[in-house]
Amino acid sequence: MAKKTPGLNTGSMADISFLLLTFFLLTSSINTDQGIQRRLPPPLQENQEVPKINQRNVLRILVNMHDQLLVNGEVLSDVRQLRSITKEFIENPTNDPHRSEKQAKYIDDLGENAMVSKGVVSLQNDRGTSYAMYIAVQNQLTMAFNELRDEYSQQRFGKPYEKISENQKKGVQKIYPISISEAEPSNYGGKK
Amino acid sequence: MGRFKKEGKKDVPELNMGSMSDIIFMFLFFFMVITTMRESSLFVVIKVPKATEVQKLEKKALVSSINIGKPNQNYIKKLGPEPRIQLNDQFSEFTDIIEFVEAEKQRRNEVDRTMITWSLKVDEKVKMGIVTDVKQELRKASAFKVNYATSKVITK
Repeated sequence: MAKKTPGLNTGSMADISFLLLTFFLLTSSINTDQGIQRRLPPPLQENQEVPKINQRNVLRILVNMHDQLLVNGEVLSDVRQLRSITKEFIENPTNDPHRSEKQAKYIDDLGENAMVSKGVVSLQNDRGTSYAMYIAVQNQLTMAFNELRDEYSQQRFGKPYEKISENQKKGVQKIYPISISEAEPSNYGGKK
Repeated sequence: MGRFKKEGKKDVPELNMGSMSDIIFMFLFFFMVITTMRESSLFVVIKVPKATEVQKLEKKALVSSINIGKPNQNYIKKLGPEPRIQLNDQFSEFTDIIEFVEAEKQRRNEVDRTMITWSLKVDEKVKMGIVTDVKQELRKASAFKVNYATSKVITK
């Protein structure tokens, strides 16, 4: 006489998987790492010569311990102005002799010549500058370079920078490199 | 016309719970895929600054974090309110960074070693002095690819 196998009670299975689910929810975090990416320069060699850069090609940004900004000798009250200042400095649409020089350079990724600015943004901060201010300045600078790249790509390819091919991106990056030089730290504020 | 038969008292049929577990398992896998395990508990309080121009870090496995901030409630009595550096699971001095960089490089394949991104997770109230020291140490240890962790805001 064949006996029917009794059906397994699977009701508690759901409870077990619920437990697992809550465990993973608690031990994991959704937030992915994101932020502003930068490349640090290699350390200075003992007898390395500092390359000479023409005054007009340097945008000097100083941030003091009270988070105040000094850009090329002028006080800047709002950090948000920094973006347009940087853009004008790099792009120099009117060929102002006080802003950066441009030089024609062959960009092999695009296979053509382009005007590349010689401008360098020099950023120096005090030991007492707050990190929030530092990031605000970095953010403005990044925004300026991103906009320059975006404008170039719109004009040249008719597409925003995000949409162009990897090769074209490389080319645009060479035309507008993120040229931020962070000066060797100094300790103006006195106490460490 | 339809006639409804009445067959005495009828029990409410039992619900089939078998597929319930499948649904929950699907949930489980979904969360397992989109989340990452918390690596180490933080001993420092970190509220990263906000920025608009943020980039996502591509490869999780190639990110090592350096945390800087005030010690949290459990440690603030012992260590005071000065910002501290936390590497992995312990408080460290900035002189430990070169060692930390070496250890982190050893953990990875040889191919990936130059690709490691060093994520600086720094509280927004921290002064730049300690951050600069850390950056100098990173340069000495030839760890050049850094990321300043920020949270994203949309408004400019």
